[in-house]
This record gives sequence, structure tokens and C-alpha cells, in this order.
Amino acid sequence: MPRLSSLWNLANPTRFLGLADRLLPWLAALASALLGVGLYLSFFVAPPDYQQGETVRIMFIHVPAAWLGLFMYVMMSASALGTLVWRHPLADVAQKAAAPIGAAFTFVCLVTGSLWGKPMWGTWWVWDARLTSVLVLFLMYLGIMALWRAVDDPGRAARAVAVLTLVGVVNIPIIKFSVDWWSTLHQPAAVFRIDGPTIHPSMLWPLLVMALGCTVLAIALHVAGMRNEILRRRVRSLRLMEAERLDAGAETAAGAAR
Amino acid sequence: MSDPHAGFIIASYAFTALVIGGLVLRAIIDHRAQRRALKQLEARGVRRRSARQEAAP
Repeated sequence: MPRLSSLWNLANPTRFLGLADRLLPWLAALASALLGVGLYLSFFVAPPDYQQGETVRIMFIHVPAAWLGLFMYVMMSASALGTLVWRHPLADVAQKAAAPIGAAFTFVCLVTGSLWGKPMWGTWWVWDARLTSVLVLFLMYLGIMALWRAVDDPGRAARAVAVLTLVGVVNIPIIKFSVDWWSTLHQPAAVFRIDGPTIHPSMLWPLLVMALGCTVLAIALHVAGMRNEILRRRVRSLRLMEAERLDAGAETAAGAAR
Repeated sequence: MSDPHAGFIIASYAFTALVIGGLVLRAIIDHRAQRRALKQLEARGVRRRSARQEAAP
């Protein structure tokens, strides 16, 4: 399988650093352009909703944030498999870099949902299945980030985090189908439905452009995070190498003095 | 925006900008810190084996 092996070679950390340096300016420019157009469509083209009024504009950021909170976790789960099954050097780097981005988008989803809920539902929060399962996702992200910091050796931390991540993946279908399985205050899916979206195109397009912009931004942040993590590991191994060299030098000097 | 719920809309976008801005800033600051640490180590003569091989004639 030559194509697979060339992909495998591309995922070498040194090659990845070169690729990241070349890709990041383009990803940043694309994300800025998409988000600029998306914000223009959200505020100046999309009409107010007949029931929600202007408050519907919160949806143009709340929904992409929710999608990305889920997307980053699915990405982390795929990386966790890469760590446990193939032991690929970039898999745990990818997993570690994804966690804060996923946590940030999930946090944005929770806060903007709350800011929408107060004027529309009359409450900041309800313990319904959708809201609670998204809160559990946020807590999973925090737990994963804490576990990364708790173990010094990156290899050991990666395996522990990979197991925790794969245990937590059970929450993803619960979040997605919570609005169908239980009676929730949160409305059911309006975009990804078998019978097609139930949103008018004047609101669907701004939402899709914002979602695409947020996705490109998340990918750019993820590539940047992976690049930083690779550099951090290099710094760590060089510091260990320097400490060993200093130890060996001190022992030689002590031996000569004796 | 004269909507009675304008405060909620502005707060949502301001909070999102703050969080995403924080992520971007964190990535930039972290990148500079790691590059600086690598340069300092290399200046002290600590290099990766592959970097030493590349530097050798």
C-alpha cells in the first residue's frame, strides 16, 4: 500500500513541523475570511426569527461551537486508537493538542446556550438530557487535560488519557440522540435530519458558513497546538540530555579529584 | 440593535471572541516560548542527534 505508507511517512514529527509552518498562514487566512463573511451574513443578511426575534443570532455561534465540541472529541478518540493500537508518534500529540480546543468550544456552547435560554426559555439552565450530557462532555475534557498534567512521562500519560478518552466516547451518541430519546426542553436537530434541514435557507447559509469558518479555525489551532507540543517534547528531551551530560561531567570530575 | 435582548446577543459574541482570542494568543505565546527555549539549548551546545548529523560537514 504505497499511498498509506507515504501518508505514514508524512506524519513524521520533523516533516509535520515543516508542513505546519507552510499550512498555518493559509489556514489562518481562510478561517478569517470565512468568519468575516459568516458574521456579515449572520448580522446583516439573516432575518430575525418570527418567534425568537434577533436572539436567533446567538444560534450562529452556539450551533458551530456545539458541533466543534463534538468534532474535537471524535478526533481525539481516533487519535486515542492511534496511540493504543498503532503507537504512532503523532497520535498522542494530536490528542493532547485537541483537548483545550474542544473544551473551549464546548464552554462557548454552554455559555451561549445559557445566554440564549434566559430570554427564550426564561431560565439560564435546566437539567435536561442534552444540556447535562454536554456539561458531562465539558467535564470529560477538563478531566483529560488534568490527567495529561498529572503524569510526567508523555508516553505513559498518553496511554492513560487514550483509555479515558475511549471510555468517554460513549457520551457522543448520547449527546446527539438525547433530544430524540428523552423529552427535553432543548429543541431536536434542525440541520442534520434524514428529511433535510428544517431551517429556511436565509438562516441556514449563515449558519453553515459560520460552522465552516469555525471548523477551519479549529483545524488551524489544532495544527498550531501540535507544532507547539512537538517543540515542547524536543525541549524536554534536550533538557534531559543536558542534565545527563552535566551529571556525567560531575561524576568524572569527582573521580579525578579522588 | 434596539432589540430588548441585545445584551444577551452582544454578551454571547463578546464571550466567544474572548475565548477564541485566548486560544489564538495561547498558541502564539506558547510557540514563541518553545522556540526560545530550543534556541537557548542549542546555544549551550545541546542538540538533537539528527541536528548534530545535519550540522556535521
